[in-house]
Amino acid sequence: MKKIRIIIQKEWAEVFKNRLIISTIIFMPLLFSALPLIILGFMPGDDGSVDAQLTTELPDQFAQYCGEELTASECYKVFMVNQFMLLFMMTPLIIPVNIAAYSIVGEKTTRSLEPLLATPITTAELLAGKNLAAAIPAVLGSWLGFFVFLGGTLILSGSPQVVRALMDPMWWLAIFVAGPLLAILSVNFSIMVSSRVNDPRVAEQLSAVVILPILGLFFGQISGLLLINSRLILIMALLLALVDIALIYVAVRIFQREVILTRWK
Amino acid sequence: MIQTESLTKKFGDILAVDRLTLEVAEGEVFGFLGPNGAGKTTTVRMLTSLIAPTSGSAVVNGFKVGVQDQEIRRTVGILTETPGMYDNLSAEFNLLVYANLYEVEDPKRQVEKYLKLLGLWERRMDEAGSFSKGMRQKLAIARALLHEPRLLFLDEPTAGLDPEAARLVRDAIEELRKQGRTIFLCTHNLDEADRLCDRIGVFKTRLLVVDSPANLRTRLFGRKVVFHLASVDESLAEIVRQMPFVKQAQVVDNKLVVSVDEPEAHNPDLVRALVGAGAQIQFVGELRRSLEDVYLQLVKSN
Repeated sequence: MKKIRIIIQKEWAEVFKNRLIISTIIFMPLLFSALPLIILGFMPGDDGSVDAQLTTELPDQFAQYCGEELTASECYKVFMVNQFMLLFMMTPLIIPVNIAAYSIVGEKTTRSLEPLLATPITTAELLAGKNLAAAIPAVLGSWLGFFVFLGGTLILSGSPQVVRALMDPMWWLAIFVAGPLLAILSVNFSIMVSSRVNDPRVAEQLSAVVILPILGLFFGQISGLLLINSRLILIMALLLALVDIALIYVAVRIFQREVILTRWK
Repeated sequence: MIQTESLTKKFGDILAVDRLTLEVAEGEVFGFLGPNGAGKTTTVRMLTSLIAPTSGSAVVNGFKVGVQDQEIRRTVGILTETPGMYDNLSAEFNLLVYANLYEVEDPKRQVEKYLKLLGLWERRMDEAGSFSKGMRQKLAIARALLHEPRLLFLDEPTAGLDPEAARLVRDAIEELRKQGRTIFLCTHNLDEADRLCDRIGVFKTRLLVVDSPANLRTRLFGRKVVFHLASVDESLAEIVRQMPFVKQAQVVDNKLVVSVDEPEAHNPDLVRALVGAGAQIQFVGELRRSLEDVYLQLVKSN
């Protein structure tokens, strides 16, 4: 564990000197929290006169889901902010791409991997250190963004009922289970891409492909083609866990000392 | 400290190291010479358990390569071909990372010791990227020494350095040698190898020859005594050729160059014979071949 901690410290000391990465870690979660809050701020208040109109705009499945605890206006607000849940799942995907790309390609360009691999660190420790160094800021960033969003929702909606709706298992699954799994997926995908390129920017651009499935879900949801619910997020989390296991296996295979020293050019 | 037996490395169809059999004793400075692409770095990587041999065996510091790799990495120091420092981090932080990875007992104290020893203490808080090539190389040497390895692999330690920086690094190596550490030195710099190494192995995919620099010169070129004379002609050379211990005698400008096995034993007889023949000897010396001549001769003939 000590060596993993050392690698994480080293990675952070290096990576956090890069302004682009710092701004990505800080601004992306804030931006993704601000977007739904701005929309929430412009939504009509809890006025009985608009309730009937709002209810007709809600998809049936969602209206049933609201039940009787929420007014139509509150239900509409919950529906709207739920549309942006997937944004919070993009944060743990995008931030590790930045960090991992600089971390791996940076080691390649400065040729610092050979002396590092010559130490008594195991491949598993090194990979775990690099994974955690990229995943932890992303996960913490997305969680921070989520809590800012919760606070903002309470202030802007003025309804504890809306905030309570965001305490739904779907959100917790998305933020606290699927989020870290997405971060792991992103890091390992970036490691695989980084092993083939020599420029951190190219690595970032190629690794960014990893956000496409979430973007697809996002546009599918806002266009009304699919409705994100707990079941879908649970299935997604299970699939992500399987994909992560496969990716970790492949990344470990790629991250062999001999392969790195002789084929990573 | 190092024993290899038919150590071989292939990358696909390319034979990088061919049946290397070698022994390096404790406290020895062993020079590993060879042209670019000869397989020197591959050999170092195998001996430091960075890559696995295709066949053959090697024992380093009493640990078997391919079996006890972690022990080997824990007990050897390596200066890689490029320093590979973390340029955005301070010199001190760079070393602290490695001191911790090598599980050094008191990392801070050990880092301080080597930064001071190599004259980098005043610049410890500066980013490694701001260092000159020579300073980076010294920092890399400090990194290789943090865990006090008795065996050090130095891969091209002075490559690309200006004469002053190269001198600083050579002095550091000389100091390590005095401390009794075993050093496996890969170099292109033949003068450096000549000055620092107890033995030299000339390598080009396979080991061509191993011996001390002095013995290599003798083996390849023999020993030659040069007589600087006021005037010289073929008759003097002919007189010398008649002597049983003389292998060869040649007139070159105003010099008579005589090949003998043991100049110390035969020079008095040679001087006597030449003076007896009326020669006016101005100066006597030994023709010293450079290690470069030895190296080029060996590499060309192979």
